[in-house]
Amino acid sequence: MPDNFTVSASPHIRSRLDTGTVMRLMCISLAPAVLASVYIFGLNSLFVIVVSVVTCVLTELLCNFVFRKEITVTDGSAAVTGILFAFTLPPTTPLWMVVIGGFLAIFVAKQLFGGLGYNIFNPALAARAILLSSWPVALTTWVKPVSSFLAVDAVTSATPLGIIKGGARAGGVADSAYSYLDLFLGTIPGSLGETCKIALLLGAILLFIFKIIDWRIPFTYIATVAVLSIPLGRDPLAAVLSGGLILGAFFMATDLVTSPTTRGGKLLFGLGCGVLTSLIRSFGGFPEGVCYSILFMNCLTPLIDKYVQPRVFGTRRTWF
Amino acid sequence: MIAKNKGYMGLIAGIFGSFKGGVHPPEHKEPTESKPIERMPLPSRVVIPLQQHTGAMCEPVVKVGDEVKEGQRIGQARGFISSPVHASISGVITAIANFPHPVIPAPVRSIVIESKNPPVPAVWDKTGDWSALSGKDLLGRISDAGIVGLGGAAFPTHVKLSPPKETAVDTLIINGVECEPYLTSDHRLMVERSRDVVEGVKILLKILKVRRAYIAIEKNKPDAIEIMQKHAADKSLWNGATVKVVPLRVKYPQGAEKQLVSAILRKEVPSGGLPFHVGAVVQNVGTSFAVYEAVVKGKPLIERIVTVSGDRIREPKNLLVRIGTAFADVIEYAGGIIPGERHVKVIMGGPMMGIAQYTLDLPVIKGTSGILVCNEARPRKSLPCVKCGACVEVCPMNLMPCRIADFAERDDFAQCETYHVRDCTECGACTYVCMSNRPIVHLVKYAKLGLSKAKKP
Repeated sequence: MPDNFTVSASPHIRSRLDTGTVMRLMCISLAPAVLASVYIFGLNSLFVIVVSVVTCVLTELLCNFVFRKEITVTDGSAAVTGILFAFTLPPTTPLWMVVIGGFLAIFVAKQLFGGLGYNIFNPALAARAILLSSWPVALTTWVKPVSSFLAVDAVTSATPLGIIKGGARAGGVADSAYSYLDLFLGTIPGSLGETCKIALLLGAILLFIFKIIDWRIPFTYIATVAVLSIPLGRDPLAAVLSGGLILGAFFMATDLVTSPTTRGGKLLFGLGCGVLTSLIRSFGGFPEGVCYSILFMNCLTPLIDKYVQPRVFGTRRTWF
Repeated sequence: MIAKNKGYMGLIAGIFGSFKGGVHPPEHKEPTESKPIERMPLPSRVVIPLQQHTGAMCEPVVKVGDEVKEGQRIGQARGFISSPVHASISGVITAIANFPHPVIPAPVRSIVIESKNPPVPAVWDKTGDWSALSGKDLLGRISDAGIVGLGGAAFPTHVKLSPPKETAVDTLIINGVECEPYLTSDHRLMVERSRDVVEGVKILLKILKVRRAYIAIEKNKPDAIEIMQKHAADKSLWNGATVKVVPLRVKYPQGAEKQLVSAILRKEVPSGGLPFHVGAVVQNVGTSFAVYEAVVKGKPLIERIVTVSGDRIREPKNLLVRIGTAFADVIEYAGGIIPGERHVKVIMGGPMMGIAQYTLDLPVIKGTSGILVCNEARPRKSLPCVKCGACVEVCPMNLMPCRIADFAERDDFAQCETYHVRDCTECGACTYVCMSNRPIVHLVKYAKLGLSKAKKP
């Protein structure tokens, strides 16, 4: 009989889901949206995604070496960030800008904070925010879907939310000029990964099946935007299907690291994102507010986690 | 302490036949769930630790060289929260010294008995009819027989059956949940010895003077549910008491005392409290059987059913094993360990809360519900917490295990306490789901140890 046994604290079994598996599933769940994006916006879109992913992965690897930390690039989180970052960009973003953005996402927003698990802001959104304030024109130049996906040149056009904002500025009640079906299928101008809602929802369903994301944040986020659109004089369905809300609600706001851990906290987080998005869309300088509202709520996450704690079994609820 | 603590969560638990949170690990009960309990031949040597229970250690009442008979008391209880130990085989005391123990890290004072040839058959002091005995007499027999909770915690049963006078205990819950993967000893006991378990329940009802009992069984044991239901429905058995079998959802840790009470009574045991604070006493089915044997047969607790299973054991079995039998003997009787490349882990108890052992030179004790010999799961590196909240989601005590683990890692035990580390039952659900492989239970134990050290001057 062998006489050296492994000893460790209980439990002695673990579920199959580890970080690497979760990140691979995230990549798979984003695949439909990648395909849709290439179909809708052509090869431009593919270039942006590939450059972004490669930059993110290489930056992660570089950081691992420079900071003399363990090699974490294999966990796949950098690749997920790369895809998500690309999804927030217009298809015509110059590739050098994508490189800078990918580098900022991993180096500044993630590794400088200590790597996966320690970052405060969603890296993809943080990088987008930096790019948007650095090169506002390039980051808000939207193009129409291409006729053939091999086409690289594109016709600029305003996004549905941009049209609404423009219309509101002009004093009229705006109609986005795109049908619900267009909005749903994504054959509209916009960031390259945000437009095709059906592809995004397909991926989101996968994440739900594997219990990687919780319903609370996406549900409260979307519901809040839909409800608030009524007093703000917008069409609720169009408000939900326009811009980056679906992408943001299912893939950005649910980012494990930067969202609250408790059930109550998740509800509050979704609510906060929804309120901020609605306010920015209607009263802010930008037509879209998903990115900034999620980033803002990211800052509040530690606070939410501190104060919105579950009621411990066998105790009365105490709030503060 | 607040006894009335129902809340809407309790209601929800009631509706879904379960508690909040929990996980569903693979059950792995197939290897042994249909195997009848087998009596293991008497060992030639037993090591009987003087501490096999929660509470004060026993005092030996024999000395080296003494001849003892099976069932003879060899260690006497010291104080109320303690429990005597008995010779599990007839023979000669050959040593009273410190020996390795499967639960307590440091070696524990134990009595070694070596059998003499030919073995002397034990004669129990047969009682038969117990209906004339008072509750106090019955309690005395249970205490004298050295009965402790056989679910694993090994808390002296007579103490648990003596709730403070001011509490109004009105419910007995018999725990036949057996939610740990692999383990099937309680399951087999209910199937094979249901009559005796029921007799034990009757004795417990009499001692507690309660008129209501629930027998809780997870739905993955339909045969046990059926048999126990048949007995529960037999009015002639119960002398007017209501006994109900409650099939519960298969979910870990359904058999944890507080979760069980919450699932059945929809009441939360207050933080730091015990089930009697909400009017309930919980006893394991194995304990109920031991009570029957002690009262009806006059037999002390000298053997128990042990599930021997795991993917590296050759012939998984449910064995009736004498207390003090070496793990090595038990494993050998079950065909031994299958040789293989991968490291082996020997666990006393189930895989979720059991204790990994470094040697097989250990005695089976009263709390040994199982011995598992498993392939060590491929070691996975512990990574930083990604704050996914899975642990918060599954924690049956509604804690934030990720936060506690983070603070424990930094030795910030005061913060662990504000995050209610003391309410943690170490069920392991958080660690089971953790995608970053964080050793949360380990860190919780570390924090509790740190807190208890801080309390001492």
